[in-house]
Amino acid sequence: MKNIEDIHIVPVIPSPPSSEFGAEQTKKGFADGLIELGKLLPNVVVIDTDVAKATRSADFQKIYPERHFNTGVAEQNMLSVAAGMSIEGFIPFATSFGMFIATRGGDQLRNSICYPKANVKVAATHCGISTGGDGASHQINEDIAICRSFPNLTVIVPGDYEEAKQATIAAAYFKGPVYLRYGRDTYPIVPEIHGKFEIGKSRTIREGTDCTIFTTGIMVSEGIKASDMLKEKGISARVVHLPTVKPLDNEVVIKAAQETKFLVTVEEHSIIGGLGEAIAGVTAEHHPTRVYRIGINDVFGQSGQSQELLDLYGLRAINIVEKVLEVTKLQGY
Amino acid sequence: MLTQEKLNFLKDKAKEIRQEIIIMITRAASGHVGGSMSAVEILVSLYHHIMKHDSQNPKWTERDRFIMGKGHATPVYYAVLADCGYIPKEDLLGFRRPGSYLQGHPKQYTEKGIEVSTGTLGLSLSTTCGMALSAKLKGEKQNYFCLCGDGEIQEGQIWEAAMFANKYKLNNIIAFVDRNYMQSDGYSEDIMPLDPLEPKWEAFGWEVFSIDGHDFEQIINTVEKAMLSDKPVMIVARTIKGKGVSFMENDNTWHGSPPNLETAMRALGELV
Ligand SMILES: Cc1ncc(C[n+]2csc(CCOP(=O)(O)OP(=O)(O)O)c2C)c(N)n1
Ligand SMILES: [Mg+2]
Repeated sequence: MKNIEDIHIVPVIPSPPSSEFGAEQTKKGFADGLIELGKLLPNVVVIDTDVAKATRSADFQKIYPERHFNTGVAEQNMLSVAAGMSIEGFIPFATSFGMFIATRGGDQLRNSICYPKANVKVAATHCGISTGGDGASHQINEDIAICRSFPNLTVIVPGDYEEAKQATIAAAYFKGPVYLRYGRDTYPIVPEIHGKFEIGKSRTIREGTDCTIFTTGIMVSEGIKASDMLKEKGISARVVHLPTVKPLDNEVVIKAAQETKFLVTVEEHSIIGGLGEAIAGVTAEHHPTRVYRIGINDVFGQSGQSQELLDLYGLRAINIVEKVLEVTKLQGY
Repeated sequence: MLTQEKLNFLKDKAKEIRQEIIIMITRAASGHVGGSMSAVEILVSLYHHIMKHDSQNPKWTERDRFIMGKGHATPVYYAVLADCGYIPKEDLLGFRRPGSYLQGHPKQYTEKGIEVSTGTLGLSLSTTCGMALSAKLKGEKQNYFCLCGDGEIQEGQIWEAAMFANKYKLNNIIAFVDRNYMQSDGYSEDIMPLDPLEPKWEAFGWEVFSIDGHDFEQIINTVEKAMLSDKPVMIVARTIKGKGVSFMENDNTWHGSPPNLETAMRALGELV
């Protein structure tokens, strides 16, 4: 016989730990963007794969039930169905967890959507380690790498709720395939990234001359925090947020390589194939510079609460600060 | 044949497993209750009556294998493995916690009875085919049991595996569909209709049985028949999602949301 004393509940860590501007889900930004698009563009339709409550495409479904479709647990089918609808003039948002799109649906994404430049918007939620309790099987840290390598595919990783909403809307007005990456948890609101969203444009949030911290997605808040902490230590760290990982804002990247001594990249994604290697690729050709990559170090994740996993995998401001201090000392900058 | 004594034993086990499911998920504040509860009788029948296995010898070649297709139902899986002695009871405290091998979805760990990694739906029946084919090639006689969700079998790969098993006459596979008529977004027949389900499997060359998935006698008698089949066998087990706790039954809120402490107490109160 079991009784309630057997339950020692694990305290739930509030997410995020602290932010004066509050926090919200990026996938809610997706849902609110969709709802606006429902009004703006009558040919926007949404297809989900039995995860409409989880992706929040159900929010759109409530208002536009006749423009929402559910394939059941069949992500490959969804992606090719979306391609078909785009051929007939609709703008489908095909949505599921990132794991089920980028890996399960990799061929459909590449050959049904990217190859013919289908006007499909692929909306991937539950991306990155902060997916949490479901564990490694659901924490996709490889989707940016996969999607960056597909020709014709634009890859967008919004940094907070508002940017997610604006990016969703911008994607619908852009012609061609777009991969949008959202998380599962709530993440800090970052007012600095709330200006007009332009695909392919970076945002320089802090000026700096010693080093540049490049962020994408939800790492933007940690990048800003790190720069402020470094300032107190006498280090001037530029912060550039790149919500569009592909095409990359090369000009701003090269400028940072020329004007600052070294670069640090921060992403909630594998250090293989993500933002870090995208930047290293550009600088290697145009202005060779040291690039230090912070991300998931080529390992599978594990179950845990979102916020503790971000700590555990070193995706915090403190980890950025430590890296910058270590490099500054090591290289004698 | 099942004696009354054994039947009572299995019923008691089912109750204990259901309690453990509630406790594990409440403690972790994360996990899938509904689909764990619907599969209790199937797993208890397999591990406590049907399967040849020995927790003291988890790598025994001749053991029957169980593959958890609907990987989100780890609470029922881990609770049963712990009950059989594969997993130390105190390790259940680590469910869905960093550093624990008891991941949200099964991570292969043969020593602890976890035969195959699953989690993204639709992979398991193919893996089962690969294992079952290998057993045939090696001349081994054990059975391969696989449990799929009804939502899970909407994946195209399941039907690729169905054809494969038929082609290679893998009659050492006995699979179950946990037919609780529900999935993540609601009722299966609304999300993506599967009925008539049995004829689909028959058309793919499988022998099909249709049973009440909470009735131990039906489960056990059916598997005994299935073992004599010269085809791969699919047992469509009609179940109730959330079975055993009145307010969780057929309420899909409990697909993936954990109960809080108060709700867990109410649930445990019904599981005495
Ligand atoms: C490939 C894949 N797509 C989606 C999911 C998310 N998901 C987890 S459980 C579930 C519903 C499964 O329904 P069913 O198989 O009927 O399970 P049950 O009702 O027994 O819980 C979904 C869609 C997943 N784990 N894998
Ligand atoms: Mg089901």
